[in-house]
Amino acid sequence: MSTLRTWLASCTLLVIGGVALATATDGFHAFTSEAARRVEIRRHPPQVPGVTLETQSGAHVNLTDLRGKWVLVDFIYTRCMSYCLVLGGDFAQLQDLLAEPLAQDKVVLLSISFDPAHDTPMELAAYQERFRTRGRGWLATRPVNQNDLRQLLRTFGVTVVPDVLGGYVHNAAIEVVDPHGRVVGIFDMGNPKAVAQAVRQDLVP
Amino acid sequence: MIHALRHRAIPIATIGYVLLLLPPLRHLLESRMFLQMLVQMPLLVVIGYLLRGGIPRRLAAIIDPWNGQGITGLLLASLTGMFWMLPRSLDAAVGEASMEAAKFISIPLLIGLPIGLGWPRAGFVVRGVFLAELIATCFRLGWLYMVSPIRLCNSFLLGDQQRSGTYMMVIGAAILLYVISKLMWGRIDSR
Repeated sequence: MSTLRTWLASCTLLVIGGVALATATDGFHAFTSEAARRVEIRRHPPQVPGVTLETQSGAHVNLTDLRGKWVLVDFIYTRCMSYCLVLGGDFAQLQDLLAEPLAQDKVVLLSISFDPAHDTPMELAAYQERFRTRGRGWLATRPVNQNDLRQLLRTFGVTVVPDVLGGYVHNAAIEVVDPHGRVVGIFDMGNPKAVAQAVRQDLVP
Repeated sequence: MIHALRHRAIPIATIGYVLLLLPPLRHLLESRMFLQMLVQMPLLVVIGYLLRGGIPRRLAAIIDPWNGQGITGLLLASLTGMFWMLPRSLDAAVGEASMEAAKFISIPLLIGLPIGLGWPRAGFVVRGVFLAELIATCFRLGWLYMVSPIRLCNSFLLGDQQRSGTYMMVIGAAILLYVISKLMWGRIDSR
């Protein structure tokens, strides 16, 4: 009797456990939070908050001002000495790869610093210079207060962890915001050609 | 000594639980991957295990027939353990309040307590299967964390992840040595 009941209980548990694990991994697709964030964005594109940012020239730009254009967003800090340097190089290359749509104001490249205390407009301009910015279509910015920064990191799903060298490590990527102000895609860094190709496809009506 | 400990299992578990919940210790144990995965979570398992003495005899009489050889309990513990081994669960347990609460409730009640109720009832084969799977899991995940060039958790550093992997290999090897010693010099089904 006990054997039968144990069998019954165990099989029920296995079914419930299997369903629970399938749900927890989006159907055994997303085992990491980075994968989960990409699945979630595809399912429910989050709306970008109407936050004001200070640019490398000291001007202010609100994210709602960028509606109607495709925006490629990355999160940076200018003191970065490791992988995140790749992001700066990617954006400089994207200035060439997307020269035409950038000139037509259909696309904007937007770097947002998560270290606003250090990254003044001067530092942001120097950061762009280091990657030989072509000067067009790339805004390097910082949020004007901590609250806005938190809101941006949450919307874009970016986690910043302090590292042992006094810098930061973060899930660096290039995120695509559509003309309606929704985050619709995430690309790994280090492959600007793929990003440019996807954006050009999106631009075709 | 052991008898006295068993007698005080519930107070010890309660004090341990409160200590783990207190912000200073909680934040410390959640600052590094291996501290959360290999210290905080196992301590929560131990706390749940200690609670088994608090199960009223009448309730135990209802559970036991459904838990032959402790199989159902050990299965529940394994399935819950699988959930908390997902890198995204480890991440969420640090960043989201609801997942943090789920961790503190589910690990003692759905892993520790079922092991406490199931292990004494489990025979040689059931214990062997459970331990073999535990050892294999330590090696599998440990290897993955050691060699993965990408961060699997957004909340933890890569070096931290590799260290966690190394420690898991060590823990897996230690359990393996324990099982081997039991096989050679003792009885695995003895208390």
